[in-house]
Amino acid sequence: MEQHGLRTYLIGFVLAVVLSVIPFWLVATHALPPRRTLLIIGIAALLQVMVHLRFFLHLNFRTTPKENMLALMFTTLMIFIMVGGSYWIMFDLHQRMMT
Amino acid sequence: MSEHEREETETQEQRNLGFWLYLMSDAVIFALLFATYAIMIRGTDGGPTGKQLFDLNNAALETVLLLVSSTTFGFASLSARTGNRGGAIGWLAVTFLLGVGFVFLEVREFAGMIAVGAGPDRSGFLSAFFTLVGTHGVHVTMGLLWILIMSAQIVLKGLTAPVVSRLYRLGLFWHFLDIAWVGIFSIVYLPGLL
Amino acid sequence: MFGKLTIEALPLYSAIAAGGAAVTVGGALLVALVLTWLKAWKYLWTDWLTSVDHKRIGIMYIVLALIMLLRGFIDALMMRAQQAMALNAGGYLPPEHFDQIFSSHGTIMIFFMAMPFMTGLINLIMPLQVGTRDVAFPWLNAVSLWLTAAGAALVMVSLVIGKFSTAGWTGYPPYSGIEHNPGVGVDYWIWAVLISGIGSTMSGINFMVTILKRRAPGMTLMRMTPFTWTALCASVLMVFTFPAITVACGLLALDRVAGMHFFTNAHGGNMMNYANLFWIWGHPEVYILVLPAFGIFSEVVATFSRKRLFGYESLAYATAAIAFLSATVWLHHFFTMGASANVNAVFGIATMIIAVPTGVKVFNWLLTMYRGRIDFHPSMMWSIGFIVTFVIGGMTGVLLAIPPADFLVHNTTFLVAHFHNMIIPGVLFGYLAGYMYWFPKAFGFELNRGWGAASFWCWLIGFYLAFMPLYLVGLKGMPRRMETYNDPTWQPYLMVAALGAVVVLCGIVSMVVQLYVSIRDRKLAADRTGDPFDGGALEWSTSSPPPPYNFAVLPTVGDREPFREAKKNGTAYRRPASYTPIRIPSNTPAAVILGGFAFVLGFAVIWHIWWLVVVSAIAMFITVIARSSDDHAEFTLSAGEVKRIEDERFRQLGGRA
Repeated sequence: MEQHGLRTYLIGFVLAVVLSVIPFWLVATHALPPRRTLLIIGIAALLQVMVHLRFFLHLNFRTTPKENMLALMFTTLMIFIMVGGSYWIMFDLHQRMMT
Repeated sequence: MSEHEREETETQEQRNLGFWLYLMSDAVIFALLFATYAIMIRGTDGGPTGKQLFDLNNAALETVLLLVSSTTFGFASLSARTGNRGGAIGWLAVTFLLGVGFVFLEVREFAGMIAVGAGPDRSGFLSAFFTLVGTHGVHVTMGLLWILIMSAQIVLKGLTAPVVSRLYRLGLFWHFLDIAWVGIFSIVYLPGLL
Repeated sequence: MFGKLTIEALPLYSAIAAGGAAVTVGGALLVALVLTWLKAWKYLWTDWLTSVDHKRIGIMYIVLALIMLLRGFIDALMMRAQQAMALNAGGYLPPEHFDQIFSSHGTIMIFFMAMPFMTGLINLIMPLQVGTRDVAFPWLNAVSLWLTAAGAALVMVSLVIGKFSTAGWTGYPPYSGIEHNPGVGVDYWIWAVLISGIGSTMSGINFMVTILKRRAPGMTLMRMTPFTWTALCASVLMVFTFPAITVACGLLALDRVAGMHFFTNAHGGNMMNYANLFWIWGHPEVYILVLPAFGIFSEVVATFSRKRLFGYESLAYATAAIAFLSATVWLHHFFTMGASANVNAVFGIATMIIAVPTGVKVFNWLLTMYRGRIDFHPSMMWSIGFIVTFVIGGMTGVLLAIPPADFLVHNTTFLVAHFHNMIIPGVLFGYLAGYMYWFPKAFGFELNRGWGAASFWCWLIGFYLAFMPLYLVGLKGMPRRMETYNDPTWQPYLMVAALGAVVVLCGIVSMVVQLYVSIRDRKLAADRTGDPFDGGALEWSTSSPPPPYNFAVLPTVGDREPFREAKKNGTAYRRPASYTPIRIPSNTPAAVILGGFAFVLGFAVIWHIWWLVVVSAIAMFITVIARSSDDHAEFTLSAGEVKRIEDERFRQLGGRA
């Protein structure tokens, strides 16, 4: 097997494992207050997604076609607007309409 | 590069962009299912909550299976790119088994919940849970079928350019599903068990 | 064995319903008879139904759209007639039937008239304009067409077997949930929308990849035609927002079929989330529809003003701005659902901001016409009618964007007038302008101008008569979707509106006559050069209709109007030194078969015929796998054959070459 490629997948695997173990362990042991734990879960998740994109999907600014990169960024923006907007709207409605 | 080779490369680039755009649209579907789940977390109708139903060990095991399978798929891709037929099929088989293990654990989890009256028709929260996690599981199952088909194609046609390029797109799909799973354990299981 | 399907599903309970079914079945039989009489079945199958050529697929989409326009318009006539006569009376339509009609009218016009019309025009013209041989995924293109047709077929079948939804084109729960609507109507609606929605998502992907990766060498983004720009932005919206309606309808289906509680009253459901999800798609959808129409207007106005389009760059940026902003305003469809003033205000302001880039476009079109030499081709008439009428609708839109104002007129006929005031001049006039503009390119002869003008005037006058009264009666308080009412001051307005519908009917009849007359006189109005209007973009450089491969030699582009440049430099109509063989994707039955099984799958789910659901799903799966495993689904046109086709083209050009 090609050495350079193999290293990429192994690094990605190790990083992903670490970024999974931390949040799982925190929940299993309740070591930190819930607020703090949730924050760490969120950050670990975002970091792990980036690890997957970089080490498994080989996304980078050099070889990835720019249309694909733009599509990913646009998707992220759209998701932020749709999910963020939905959450704001439904939370607001919940406060006023008890639903 | 000959004219024919250039056209082939262009065709594969277009297919890869097209498939990538499909994955982006799928990402929006998942995002909206996540949003719906978050909106309906409190919709338990006095029935079972995540805290009562979710099992951390099961979720951890599923995470391991999927993560390892992403890595083994990477090994399969490397074999395919170097023309190693046996290696490609072998690592695809390992990936397949890990994926089957994941689906088995998930089906068992769902069956268990349904058996105690916590099925998707019990409450809005559970509808959202089953649909979000279930949609992911259906995608994984489709991926497993696709792995079988690709294995058959490698056996029958060998690692031709079209076959290798299809394998690349399957890889995009498979890794994308692992990313979705990161979202699932981070938004559903871990916060639910906090 | 047959699930819920019994003989009771036939519409024998009402004369009108039976009549509708008879017309549907009769119409289908008539078409079959004509095809048999013309011995055209084989030709239809080999040259059209199994085609993967974007030009043929485009034409079939437009045929579907025009047929569904007739069906949707009959719904409109029936509604106007009912409302004109139903003062303190039952009219001729019972409420449940009236409800089906307004539901099918909206569903058909949006999903099965406007979307296919747009997709068809983009399919027909965009690959020619970017200088390529076909879209990126020709087979997928055909699948999109047949999935859309499957959805349309489900709606048509609901006239004969069972009933259609009474929940409006938006299908809001809990009314559309299984508890309040256990019949098949809502299911027909859900599956028609879901199946055709998959087709639309795939078309969006196809068009995006085509425009981004298959443009002719030298064609930078800023050298694309305005229509291609709008097609790109609309396609982006299709890819990213159709998932929202897939989720909305999918979750509703799960509620209905699997007893889930996404949108139910009790058990932790949240029905407001449906409105949220639906409109996340619903608002961008109307921009998906209108942006390509704007693109058509840009091309038509420039061509028939005999001037270069004014402000190309601002048009491109405005289009992109409108597309992006359209995804940020969706709450304005439910200002009254109960959100706080802050939320309403933010979305209200965003809604108003969208009017700005649209205004920029209007000025660009006006300035293009200014000091031009106007040719009043029907397409130009549609464009001018659009500019005036659409602006009125836009102003009522800005009014509606103010939440307190919206609270007074939400769901009145004022709203109905507003959105028709946007869609008819905006979307429909645009597509009709495109239809009359590009018809010669598709078929090789022009449409009769006189009947085109007649159609335009009837549509324009009919539109004003039909919808201006609705603004007024809406301000007087009339809610939408009313089967009967008791305020006598409303009736005169509704009678004028009914008259307007009749005038529009004359417009539609004029279109049918136009088609007949044009076909009859096609030799006289033949387009022998491929460039009947002295156009500037690449589609006019091909013959009418273009050869299967579009261009014998793919063009290289150095200008925004490459064909006009070539005509000026004398490089147009040049014969190449030699021809090379061209590979062309082969026709295949796989797409139409897939569409057929999709229809059966939808029908089976609706009627709970579970074994058939499984069978058709497996059949669809096998079709896809079989097709995808095929590595060599194309044939080669030899250089000699290409030369033969091109020689004929140059012979037709006569003295030009």
